[in-house]
Amino acid sequence: MHGSLLLVEFGAVLLGLGLLGALAIKFRISPIPLYLLAGLAFGQGGLLPLGATEEFIATGAEIGVILLLFSLGLEYTAPELVGTLRTSAVGGLLDLVLNAAPGVILAVLLGWGPVAALVLGGVTYVTSSGIAAKVLSDLDWIGNRETPVVLSLLVMEDLAMALYLPILTAVLAGTGLLGGSLALAIAAGTVTIVLFIAVRYGRFVEAFVDSPSQEVLLLKILGLTVLVAGIAQSLQVSAAVGAFLVGIALSGPLAHTARNLLSPLRDLFAAVFFVFFGLSTNPADLPPVAALAVLLAVAGIATKYATGWWAARRAGIGRAGRARAGAAMIPRGEFNIVIAGLAVAAGAHASLGPLAAAYVLILAILAPLAARTVEPLMHRARDRDRRRDGPTAAPAPSQPHSHHITA
Amino acid sequence: MEVHRTGLPGIGLRHEFVTERGRRVGVVSHRTGRREVVIYDRQDPDTAAVTLTLSAEEADGMAELLASARVVERIGELHRQVEGLVTEQIPIVAGSPYPGRALGDTRARTRTGASIVAVVRGNEVVASPRPDFVFQAGDVVVVVGTADGTAAVAELLARG
Repeated sequence: MHGSLLLVEFGAVLLGLGLLGALAIKFRISPIPLYLLAGLAFGQGGLLPLGATEEFIATGAEIGVILLLFSLGLEYTAPELVGTLRTSAVGGLLDLVLNAAPGVILAVLLGWGPVAALVLGGVTYVTSSGIAAKVLSDLDWIGNRETPVVLSLLVMEDLAMALYLPILTAVLAGTGLLGGSLALAIAAGTVTIVLFIAVRYGRFVEAFVDSPSQEVLLLKILGLTVLVAGIAQSLQVSAAVGAFLVGIALSGPLAHTARNLLSPLRDLFAAVFFVFFGLSTNPADLPPVAALAVLLAVAGIATKYATGWWAARRAGIGRAGRARAGAAMIPRGEFNIVIAGLAVAAGAHASLGPLAAAYVLILAILAPLAARTVEPLMHRARDRDRRRDGPTAAPAPSQPHSHHITA
Repeated sequence: MEVHRTGLPGIGLRHEFVTERGRRVGVVSHRTGRREVVIYDRQDPDTAAVTLTLSAEEADGMAELLASARVVERIGELHRQVEGLVTEQIPIVAGSPYPGRALGDTRARTRTGASIVAVVRGNEVVASPRPDFVFQAGDVVVVVGTADGTAAVAELLARG
């Protein structure tokens, strides 16, 4: 038993996170950057270094990653994933190339080597689907016609993550190019098999897990998820991907129940994970990478905005909708930190962790603000155009106005 | 009326259509049962001008309001379409023998030739009630038939 010190420290950390979460709600920003800051404050070289709870928090962080990916998998049904693959492959590819580029280019320019380039490309590439979804619902954009475009891009990114994470874990483990391609083959095979099982035999998986008792259901789902994640880890496919695939295999009402059951646990452990990442970053390492982080953030805003704009234009959406789609794609958060966390754990380039932390801190705070400002700006531009073009700019009503009510 | 369906991965479905007067309307169905009624901007068909968020229960209630009002209108239309056909709304008043008895007991169609097509109870409309439908005091019975037939039903419901 660690005794009272562990309990005191852990309790204090959780209470601190709760207070920070309340602050985040007050300022209407995502709590993720605040959790990161808390981790920085509690870690090595921070304000209040923790002693006893490091190991405990590290385990909690691993469970946090598993639960994050599991609930991400729950969001989608297998047919949705397959359908999106068919319709949005081009947009997804552009998203990948355009947004991984800043990270890859920077790592190469700085001479950090190919492994760091792979990591940093992932960090700049992936949008935080959690923050993006929150932006969409906070601003009442769910019903807008560009929203399916944004959601499809997010689905493609999450699928890309399912392939990227195993490659990354293999490369970080130092297995080289051959090992990397083998890991990719195993991962691609596993993803394909799971998707196939989920589409064809999802109901058997559900029948196995389902139970009228909430308690039994919680234990079964959590057990299955962590077990599969562990097996995936030992196959070098990364625990996160295993959990993601379990989430995909569950769909329908059961997925809905599972999401409700697990969301408090996920929130708890995900917060612990962000703290852990902050813990493993020394605040003293942040100032040297601050300029780089700002540069990457500016590039990251530009490339994501361009991606959203282009994808919405391709779907025949007007200018205001394109701007909204661009803004909705900007947030970075949980998965960028997951990627950086894997790299830090494997002992990759020392500056990667602080750089990713600073990058996410900037974009998780700026992105929702950018989304809030984009619409008023577009309205102003539209009104200016209308004043310039006169009243003819408005489309003529398709029907003559009738003044009597037709039954 | 042409309805377009779009999937919203991770959220649910969206149906949209354009009204006769040129307004674009959408309904977002969340998997959680939540519904959003979206009315798009006149100038910019991509942008939601108004978003009305309804719980599952509110959505059901709103659907019922829209549909039940239509039942009475449809009967009105029917009545206009067919020459010589009358629609009457006959309340079941105090003193009628029918509260607590089934619609089948009236044998209205056999005895008068008119049909009971709906019963309005409070703010609910029961369209096409079956013979085992049980009347309550205060129900308003909607009858379609010839003028003589509907008058006969009114008589029958009042006196048995």
